[in-house]
Amino acid sequence: MSMKEMLGDECSEEFLACGNSACAGCTSELALRWALKALGPKTVVVAPASCTNVYIGLWPAASPTVPFINMAFAAGASAASGIVAGYEALGKTDITVMTWAGDGGTVDIGIQALSGAIERGTNFIYACYDNEIYANTGTQRSGSTPFAAITTTTPFGKKEMKKDIAKIIAAHDIPYVAVVNGTDPQDVFSTFKKIKEMHGPRFVHILSPCPPGWRYDASETVELGRLAISSGMWIMWEQENGIFSLKKASKRYLDKEKRTLVRDYMKKQGRFSLATDDDIEKIQEWVDKNWDFIQRRIDSGC
Amino acid sequence: MSVEDTEQTLILTGNEASAWGARRAKVNVITAYPITPQTTVMETLAEFVDSGSMNAKFVKVESEHSVMAGMVGASMTGARTFTATSGQGLLYMAEMVHWVAGTRLPVITTISSRGIAPPWNIWVDYSDVMSMRDTGWLIQFASTHQEIFDSVIMNYKIAENPEIMLPVFVAYGGFTQSHTSKPVIIPSQSDVDDFLPPVPENGWSHVYLDPDRPIVHGNLVMPNQEYMEFRFKIHETATRVSSVIKEVIVEFNKKFGRDYQGLVEPYMCDDAEFILITIGALSEQVKIAVDMLREQNMRVGSIKLRYFRPFPVDDLVSLLKSTNVKGIAVIDRSIAFGSPTGGHVSSEFYSVLNQLEKGITYLPGVWGLGGRDVTVDDQVAVFTDLMNLHENGEIATGKNKFIAGTLWVNIK
Repeated sequence: MSMKEMLGDECSEEFLACGNSACAGCTSELALRWALKALGPKTVVVAPASCTNVYIGLWPAASPTVPFINMAFAAGASAASGIVAGYEALGKTDITVMTWAGDGGTVDIGIQALSGAIERGTNFIYACYDNEIYANTGTQRSGSTPFAAITTTTPFGKKEMKKDIAKIIAAHDIPYVAVVNGTDPQDVFSTFKKIKEMHGPRFVHILSPCPPGWRYDASETVELGRLAISSGMWIMWEQENGIFSLKKASKRYLDKEKRTLVRDYMKKQGRFSLATDDDIEKIQEWVDKNWDFIQRRIDSGC
Repeated sequence: MSVEDTEQTLILTGNEASAWGARRAKVNVITAYPITPQTTVMETLAEFVDSGSMNAKFVKVESEHSVMAGMVGASMTGARTFTATSGQGLLYMAEMVHWVAGTRLPVITTISSRGIAPPWNIWVDYSDVMSMRDTGWLIQFASTHQEIFDSVIMNYKIAENPEIMLPVFVAYGGFTQSHTSKPVIIPSQSDVDDFLPPVPENGWSHVYLDPDRPIVHGNLVMPNQEYMEFRFKIHETATRVSSVIKEVIVEFNKKFGRDYQGLVEPYMCDDAEFILITIGALSEQVKIAVDMLREQNMRVGSIKLRYFRPFPVDDLVSLLKSTNVKGIAVIDRSIAFGSPTGGHVSSEFYSVLNQLEKGITYLPGVWGLGGRDVTVDDQVAVFTDLMNLHENGEIATGKNKFIAGTLWVNIK
């Protein structure tokens, strides 16, 4: 769907009202807004502890216009499992259940419940907006934080590499996994539109640049999203019923020559201000290795 | 005639009685995770559901945290929900136990109580359920197999009362009750249906997940907003629920021919001078000790505490005021480390003692931790200790030790 069509009648209805308290330049809020536009009014959202719990509004104000429950940190996928079971038991079949979680709530504390829900074939969508930190508690490191990034608990830069949650989820033989760009409403909208009609567990991993966490100006969120993709730091792919494919936005970067330098992506962000040349080289190697894996998957034809 | 159509007496373990309670209550959603000694509740329910004799969704989740999170989600759709757990599992789900009460969801959970590790212990010990004391759940102890089944049914009626909307734990002893078999009267499905109506068609009145009537639940509430008032409402409900519990018991007794007496059940207390107060199955055994001492013309009696939450202070005060009590022993099968009395019930009992005449001898104690046997002789010895303490101001006994304000029954 073109941007023009998206902005037309079909998407005019808002399910996340304006006036909420998200930071300027917040990707999570942008992506949630477009995900809900794709899913429509018959949607129930479970939000385990994350920024989303706060920016939807302080009680009694609330910006979602669909049923929306705040949930305990580790319980995003398990509470959704209960909702799905309740609806199935009561014969309600036309409601989409979505968990909307951050990276901490997904790759760390929530991974057990998420893995279990997928293994059980739970008929729900799990969306992880990945801003690569515990942003809501003040930007601490998570398993999803990249190497060398400064956080409040890695004041001199993280010593470990980022955990690849989408690859872990794909290993569950799940019907659908997608890695998308949260700063691109078209990508978010079309992905959620597509998976709304699918059955079983569906996982969407959403690139979510975060101005206060990544330490860049709020006006540059979309630019950061583009750089993450052009540098190959963020690889957009999907796996549908076991079949892997690179998404269009990332396809050209399979060719290393076409990629921009990781260094240029990092220099835009204060969180990498202490990264040494060696650190940057390490991340570059990590990125190249990730692409090698993608190439092998494509070559293997599965 | 099938078991659905007529009242039958089945030989059931305590855990099977729990599962039958869920079946007769026609629960819509079950979530569960294996843990000794609860596991046979889950296995029995799996058999019921998979064989088609029970129409429910059974989600076999990957941990107890997810068990109770699943209960939250399912109950918020307006479904009737049930689970069972024990010991470590109960501790692991603790965060979501609070969440259920905070959301005012009428979840019923049976607990096959066991000791808390380390060291590993799988035998009866109520320290697990007592650790949930302040969560907002009602807590009932079932002392017989029949009471386990009946309590599941009765507590749905209590929990789902629109004026209550609080979850309930029904606790009983691991192995001594969960794995022993007794005859249990299972009423016909239609009789239970008459007593316990189906869940409301459009969800609970205060919280529901319906896209046609969207709500947002659980938003951050600032200190000067209504967080404190939400807490007040839970506490206020948990303290006034006694009258609803009593009404439901009266209705249940009438419908099914039982004789549950309320939140507390006295035995031979009318003229009793020395009274032993306990919870759970040992309350039944105490009656034998009372009978033996009565044969020796000793004026003794016992009280079974059925509900720990709400703590039935008024019932205990009026009951004890109607006796000639000179000495009271309250013995727990749980340990409250560092508390002045060592036990949970014995500690709370001071609220009762404060309203009785001064000069009553009080002996708090613990017994049977981690499944250690408590014999009738042990229970007689507690009466002897209580009478000695009252008459001589000291406790002289063999196997019991009085240490720092707590009587340790049969300790090495």
